[in-house]
Amino acid sequence: MSTELQPFKGKVWLFGDDISTDLLSPGACVFATEQVRRQHVLEAADPRFAREVQPGDVIVAGRNFGCGSSRESAPENLKLVGLGGVVAESFARIFFRNAVAIGLPVVACPGVVAAFAPGDEIELALDEATVRNLRTGQVLQAERLAPDMLQVLARGGILPLLRELAADANAGPIPDPRPGR
Amino acid sequence: MTAAAPTPMTMAEKALARAAGRSQVAAGEFVTASVDLAMTHDIFAADVFGMLADAGIRRVWDADRVVVVFDHLVPPPTIEAAEAQRRARQHAADFGIRHFYAERAGICHQVLVEKGHVLPGRLVVATDSHTTTHGALGAAGSGIGSTEMAYVLATGRLWFKVPETIRFELVGELPEWVTAKDIVLFIAGRFGADVARYRAIEMGGPAASRLSVAGRLTISNMAVELGAKFGFFEADEAALAFLTGRTREPLEPFGPDDGARYLAAYSIDVSDLEPQVALPHNVDNVRPLSTVRGLRVDQAFLGSCTNGRLEDLAAAAAILRARTVHPDVRMVVAPASQEVYRQAARQGLLEIFSQAGAVVLNPGCGPCFGGHQGLLAPGERCIGSHNRNFCGRMGSSAAEICLASPAVVAASAVAGAIADPREYA
Repeated sequence: MSTELQPFKGKVWLFGDDISTDLLSPGACVFATEQVRRQHVLEAADPRFAREVQPGDVIVAGRNFGCGSSRESAPENLKLVGLGGVVAESFARIFFRNAVAIGLPVVACPGVVAAFAPGDEIELALDEATVRNLRTGQVLQAERLAPDMLQVLARGGILPLLRELAADANAGPIPDPRPGR
Repeated sequence: MTAAAPTPMTMAEKALARAAGRSQVAAGEFVTASVDLAMTHDIFAADVFGMLADAGIRRVWDADRVVVVFDHLVPPPTIEAAEAQRRARQHAADFGIRHFYAERAGICHQVLVEKGHVLPGRLVVATDSHTTTHGALGAAGSGIGSTEMAYVLATGRLWFKVPETIRFELVGELPEWVTAKDIVLFIAGRFGADVARYRAIEMGGPAASRLSVAGRLTISNMAVELGAKFGFFEADEAALAFLTGRTREPLEPFGPDDGARYLAAYSIDVSDLEPQVALPHNVDNVRPLSTVRGLRVDQAFLGSCTNGRLEDLAAAAAILRARTVHPDVRMVVAPASQEVYRQAARQGLLEIFSQAGAVVLNPGCGPCFGGHQGLLAPGERCIGSHNRNFCGRMGSSAAEICLASPAVVAASAVAGAIADPREYA
């Protein structure tokens, strides 16, 4: 299916297996300011990341990326530093859903770790679920996202959908004009 | 037209078929399901309701099916946490949330089961990954994020991919001082932390039936540490007996159909199991206790939605009775709920902990998620009865966390190093 999602390029940061939500968003930082959260994202896995990541960069990682908590601050912190997306061998399911829900592109792509070195340039085409290494020319077929998820990503997350729901008079009891009790 | 013979379904398929209003669903399908129960806690409640308010939505889809609990940062240790709870409290009032427990009840998952909100076969979502806990009562429980929760609260619906299921048959007799926690740690070590990623787990077999509801809650709680979407036990007589008196809803057993199809089925004989310990920094880095004895510990933590229930506290108290926590160790005890706290007080367990030199906290999640009440300094090692030992989980990322049963935690607290409870019994 076709959406308005354009292919995009970015510089690769490489991470290993089991990158947890505690690494992405330490528990002690849940109510910290955005600046503090940016400083600590993935700090314990690679202290250079938070300092040097550039908008549009892409994380390439191993298995079970985002394992652990349901905290949405995990994908949010990656969005805060301007990350273009995450391509991993596989994802923990709650992280994956949360990333889509907030509009952060995520793609599961078996074999991706072996195909990239740190600093390579990657091109991601979400509609076709292809991942290209622009240095080596290698193209990998990633797992396709469900059409609903592509639509949510194309809209920038679930929040825009919620606003439409609220505006849609036919949406049943949802946009009730009475003040809530 | 004659109806085709129904295809036997797993518990996950049956629960999602019911929630989707269908007679039949199969693994791999996407369904839009009606949610039976939605819960959010103090870390996310203000955000979730704030998103609804910002979008112009002023009511939840069904106020009877929404629960709000304060458990992670209670009482608030920072101004920011206090502010988040102030906002959440106001939202709960504005949205007419009837089941608003604030900080008065305990850890959300324990509260949901104690207060009769969870029923067999129902779909439960919450902004907490350990929502798989509710599989212990046969419910399809799964964690979601704040934004998806806002969508659920607005619509009562959420999409799901019907998962494949892995079945674990537990056979044999658990040895004394070997517990449900040791079973789930053993499974993590043997099969890996992503064995059930995107999948459901069903626990069955005679040794599963003999587990207490508390033990089942421990295993279902940690199903998410195996990657699982749901972590079911059959809702049998023991589950229904637990629920009796907690709900006025009719109670019916819930289990898989005979002949349901599983992605894989494994039989595990628990007869020869010894206590297990997960070493840093992954839940599946599991060793038999005998191979890691003597590892120095600086903190011992007893509590959490995994192992903070009465039988967990009683097991630890049996070891700590007339003993003292090692002088180099700080021991922190947090009962899972106020109900557990009061029972433990009546049975004299809290006095045993206090006499032994442990700090008894209010019910809550504080130490387990590294929020407050027992963080670790660089170089410190904690042994805890909780569920995660990820790097940085409890304070410093240069600290280490080991996971074990309440009995092993208590024995280790006394010894000042990882120790075998059977030597203290």
